[in-house]
Amino acid sequence: MGNLLYTVLVISGLGALLALLLFLVAKKFKVEEDPRIDEVEKKLPGANCGGCGFAGCRGMAEALVKEDDISSLYCPVGGGECMKLIAAYLGKVAAEKEPQVAVVRCAGSCENRPRTNVYDGATSCAVAASLYAGNTGCAFGCIGLGDCVAKCDFGALKMNPETGLPEVDEEKCTACGACVKACPKIVIELRKKAPKGRKIYVSCVNKDKGAVARKACKVACIGCGKCAKVCAHGAITVENNLAYIDYTKCKFCRKCVAECPTGAIVEFGFPARKPAAEVKPEAPKAAPAPEKVEAPKAEVNVEVKETAKTE
Amino acid sequence: MKTFPIGGIHPSDNKQYSKGAAIERFPLPKVVVIPLAQHIGAPAVACVAKGDKVLAGQVIGTAGGFVSSNIHSSVSGTVTAVDAKADAQGLMKPCVTIAVEGDEWVEGVDLSDTLIKNINLEAKDIVAKVTEMGIVGMGGATFPTHVKLSVPPGKKAECLIINAVECEPYLTADYRVMLEKGEELLVGARILAKAIGVDKIYIGVENNKPDAIAALKKLAATYVEIEVVPLKMRYPQGGEKQLIAAVTGRQVPSGGLPIDVGAVVQNVGTALAVYEAVMKNKPLVERVVTVTGSTLASPKNLLVRVGTPMSELIEYCGGLEGVGKVVAGGPMMGRAVSNIDAPVTKGTSGVLLIPTAESLRQKPDTCIRCAKCVEACPMGLEPYLLSKMSKKEMYDECESHNIADCIECGCCTFSCPAYLPLLDWLRIGKGEVMKRMRARAAAKK
Repeated sequence: MGNLLYTVLVISGLGALLALLLFLVAKKFKVEEDPRIDEVEKKLPGANCGGCGFAGCRGMAEALVKEDDISSLYCPVGGGECMKLIAAYLGKVAAEKEPQVAVVRCAGSCENRPRTNVYDGATSCAVAASLYAGNTGCAFGCIGLGDCVAKCDFGALKMNPETGLPEVDEEKCTACGACVKACPKIVIELRKKAPKGRKIYVSCVNKDKGAVARKACKVACIGCGKCAKVCAHGAITVENNLAYIDYTKCKFCRKCVAECPTGAIVEFGFPARKPAAEVKPEAPKAAPAPEKVEAPKAEVNVEVKETAKTE
Repeated sequence: MKTFPIGGIHPSDNKQYSKGAAIERFPLPKVVVIPLAQHIGAPAVACVAKGDKVLAGQVIGTAGGFVSSNIHSSVSGTVTAVDAKADAQGLMKPCVTIAVEGDEWVEGVDLSDTLIKNINLEAKDIVAKVTEMGIVGMGGATFPTHVKLSVPPGKKAECLIINAVECEPYLTADYRVMLEKGEELLVGARILAKAIGVDKIYIGVENNKPDAIAALKKLAATYVEIEVVPLKMRYPQGGEKQLIAAVTGRQVPSGGLPIDVGAVVQNVGTALAVYEAVMKNKPLVERVVTVTGSTLASPKNLLVRVGTPMSELIEYCGGLEGVGKVVAGGPMMGRAVSNIDAPVTKGTSGVLLIPTAESLRQKPDTCIRCAKCVEACPMGLEPYLLSKMSKKEMYDECESHNIADCIECGCCTFSCPAYLPLLDWLRIGKGEVMKRMRARAAAKK
């Protein structure tokens, strides 16, 4: 009995002593941290995707609390609403950015862009791009080995086995930009997200001369400049045999789509046009349901290319 | 018999196909496409325009810096285009296209076979001549030779090593040069030795070429400074650092250059080109190319003008029937060709045709940590680890595990029983690490 009592006393005494020590140490070495950081972190999406430029949401939260001017900080996943919420909480002014979405600027499916050789090295676009121009005649377009798909934390990208090209799920895409960085050919671009998934862009990044580009791919941009001439808003520039549509200026008039001789300019999410050469889109009534389903870019629009939609 | 101390593999050498074929002059093509970047470093700058008449040996591109090289026309004719053309990998590169008319050379070029032995030029004049004539390392790396000959201040060259190893399977171009142009080769080596101010020349030859060793030994008997060193056959003995270790027993330090251990290594083809440039005033416009493969009717060693399309060489030797893959260079370090109409360049040591059955890689499996790659690596690296780090973008770790020392010889991939594409990933990691190292060095300046 005496032994037991002695043991209990020693252990409890030791416990109390160490607890006191821990308490004193915790007091002495306490890291003063702004409690707002925790609050801001809670308001962030918690995806830790790195889209903001920080390693994770905690880093972003710290920066948001620390910086006086947070206009250069932006969480692409949470978007404008999340930023507004945080800005209101911190009493600062948030940057306003239009929501964006990733766009794959290549339509070089097996049918459009015949394969000229077989690649059997490591399954990685980065490796293939470091070795050679790719398994088609086009040295600029999508390699199709899925580096972007592997990098997407949100499951918004998937390879279409039929076309061999990645497809973006607009619902899931947060425009964090991971795929843009992963693509060695810089095929993927972040563009303005418009209502109803509307998009008009040049689905080609080939900078070769027209004849060379066309030989490699049926739907290549040949840099003819017709689109730039027809554009009333000055949104289109042609540089290095390649047209580019500035999404900040584009008014979705669709004139360029009709003008493009190769079908390199594509449109998504628009109602079907009348068969006659009518250029003006119909008054924006609600788009028919099937169109909406196809909005996550699968095929080049029917009017542009006569290939039938498969879905 | 000497060899390098660590790693290495024994691929079957397959030199039997083209070994017996004497060097043959390839007929002049109708059109040549001469790339302006045939060397490591800055591309040359075109100094001709469309419509210009050029002579063989005329400068058509001037060096774009110190680490760069002049480009000469390999034929006489009319320039039809100065634009971008697809290279062997399908990437667009600036090129000069010339329609061939006759075969007129610029004045002063000695095209005779007369052997000239007396070296009258001084060291700096030799380097100037080598620079002017656009000589680059012809083993495949195409590093401008004049840069290697300009020994940096504070360093001293002690010996010249002529790389006559040709450890790449299939290739026999250097072997034929040793047999047929042995005299010229030795004079070339002596010119190089004079340029760097050394009086010891080693010629390293692997023992799978006994007749070349015998021939060179006989010729070298008259020169006291030249020693022919037979080496035990092992890949990658032709790697600069491996050859130095094999011949002199010295180890080039990690991140160092051969000159750090007093050695300068030059290839057989380079020595011959230097001989022709200095003694005959002939720029580097043609080279010996081995066209070989088990499917070919008549594998050959051809003396080809730079700019000749590879497809013409293949056609000349028997065509593409049964071929699954075309490789420019040897099977170990050569690069697969996706565009066979691409031209032969200064660095094309061979055109290898691989039959369909052998051309595809095996399906990769899981790494079982058997460490065969570690055993095979001649640089003492751990390829299985580095490739995984590179795949996971752990570039800092790659750097601390000396990925920059990788010589891309392919021993790891060759030896992997799981058929893993180790070198593919190593290259990515090495590229990224080198980029970072350069950025750091630039920031320091």
